[in-house]
Amino acid sequence: MPEIRNFTLNFGPAHPAAHGVLRLVLEMDGEVIQRADPHIGLLHRGTEKLAESKIYNQSIGYMDRLDYVSMMCNEHGYVLALEKMMGIEAPIRAQYIRVMFDEITRILNHLLWIGAHALDVGAMTMFLYAFREREDLMDVYEAVSGARLHATYYRPGGVYRDLPDSMPMFEKSRWHNEAEVKRLNKNREGTVLDFIEDFTARFPKYVDEYETLLTDNRIWKQRLVDIGIVSPERALQLGLTGAMLRGSGIEWDLRKKQPYEVYDKINFDIPVGTNGDSYDRYLVRVEEMRQSNRIIKQCVDWLNKNPGPVILDDNKVAPPPRTAMKSDMEALIHHFKLATEGYCLPEGEAYAAIEHPKGEFGCYIVSDGANKPYRLKIRAPGFAHMSAMDELTKGHMLADVVTIIGTMDIVFGEVDR
Amino acid sequence: MSITASTALQILQTELETSLATAIQNSTLAFKELTIEILPADLLRVAKTLRDKHSFEILIDLCGVDYLTYGKSEWDSDVSSFSRGVRRDSDRLFDFDSSSAPVEYDGKRYAVVIHLLSIKNNHRLRLKVFCEDNDMPTIDSLDSIWNSANWFEREAFDLYGILFSNHPDLRRILTDYGFVGHPFRKDFPLEGQVEMHYDQQSERIIYEPVSIEPRVAVPRVIRPSEKIEADVSEAND
Repeated sequence: MPEIRNFTLNFGPAHPAAHGVLRLVLEMDGEVIQRADPHIGLLHRGTEKLAESKIYNQSIGYMDRLDYVSMMCNEHGYVLALEKMMGIEAPIRAQYIRVMFDEITRILNHLLWIGAHALDVGAMTMFLYAFREREDLMDVYEAVSGARLHATYYRPGGVYRDLPDSMPMFEKSRWHNEAEVKRLNKNREGTVLDFIEDFTARFPKYVDEYETLLTDNRIWKQRLVDIGIVSPERALQLGLTGAMLRGSGIEWDLRKKQPYEVYDKINFDIPVGTNGDSYDRYLVRVEEMRQSNRIIKQCVDWLNKNPGPVILDDNKVAPPPRTAMKSDMEALIHHFKLATEGYCLPEGEAYAAIEHPKGEFGCYIVSDGANKPYRLKIRAPGFAHMSAMDELTKGHMLADVVTIIGTMDIVFGEVDR
Repeated sequence: MSITASTALQILQTELETSLATAIQNSTLAFKELTIEILPADLLRVAKTLRDKHSFEILIDLCGVDYLTYGKSEWDSDVSSFSRGVRRDSDRLFDFDSSSAPVEYDGKRYAVVIHLLSIKNNHRLRLKVFCEDNDMPTIDSLDSIWNSANWFEREAFDLYGILFSNHPDLRRILTDYGFVGHPFRKDFPLEGQVEMHYDQQSERIIYEPVSIEPRVAVPRVIRPSEKIEADVSEAND
């Protein structure tokens, strides 16, 4: 009888279902996974080391590039850590803006997740649907920050600027005639807030569309139900957070349990799974999109009624307005100081965490009193999730690996940092 | 809200001081966060107590810190001269050509910082452990207590060269296959040690020492916050 041996399979680093640059070395017995050894770090850019050589504000842009599908949430974690050490708090309007954009970002992230996850499992349409809605939200990003993805919008002490009064519009071109442009621009005629409000009115219907396609879909359920089950005890042991933890039935959400900004003033619910399998995590995330929509709606209502400053009036931290710089010597000096030297943080260490779309995203800053961090550690949720890969895939079939990567919502920008 | 949270931490602090007693070297409450410092020898025992008695179920994060240049600035802010010269301490401190020579540092250079979270009691705790030996920093692995420590420890080993005894699989994780050195140490230059390119003639990848000149764009300045306030009040007088 011939000797039967396990064989090793290299999954990635250029496999489309590996969600970026994951090299997964699988030890297989036939089609069954015996051991999964993820090799990460192919996208390691040394963000934390780079931050040590830069003044604090210059690193905000690097945060966007960590988890590049939930940009503003990364910024939020970093900015909160800075604010904690400086002992400052953003003005109330800035806090509402941040919460609104955190939730917009959560929808952006979950849309990409649902699109990519469904595509991996074999449903092409979802990807197209999800990207249709992402386009609208990225236009909102563009309207406030000028960039569709890497916004660099949050600042310690507030946000870079107030919400603009107009939305960018489509223009007539070879591909769109006047009537079509008019139709496309119909909901863009008001302010940015009007556009977002219009989106929140449309979005629940879109989520229904996704659910019609997936929730009771036979193939979808065959591929997801009972795949990658995590018990609550194991989820805690493995350091899982976010939807990975809630899918296993543990009700833990930092927005409720350790509220930051104005989350304690807003009504929303936390969906929790029961079985801890991929299907439950799917249901949790879909419900999170609906809840995020609810939060955005409440923020829009509040922001429409309450104008006010969006950044602290403390020129030691936030630069003075441009107009003041042209006429006021002191404002000019402040701006010069902030641009060339930045601000110093008091000596000490602090950790601030937020409920990122993927889980708990935290920044740990050690400061020796300088204008640059002495050490910055970014706690990325995906890193802990990735480390659970071996345990989750063991005993499953090769095709299920794709489902499990999808359900973990992996983005390599944050795993490799 | 925050008042109750900080009193809860104070209660935790006194609780820990009784249950861990001698193990705690130092405990501080700053920025509404509790940090306890322990010796490497006590780590496993303390961790077990924290998990079982104080229900810290999740190890949120574990990372290394290198204290080699802590508190060193590149530009004196106290001297009242008009000198714009940036002191290139970082250049003089370390001679990268003789990287084998260990950098002198008195005191414990490497620390491992652990962030714990208790879901049951809804609070956090920071655990800080300084490694005894600067040449071969070693500490017990926490993998047996929290499985999530596995990869975080691999990362700390990769980036700082901290060894974790009894770790099941202590390999490099973030750097390239065959990488030399521990890049997040303070004596490792930001530009790296080597650069590589593909050589058409010899048809292979060639590694060379980096050709980038290190440059300080914005000097590192330490300004005590009291000094700024004093300056401001002086100017106002």
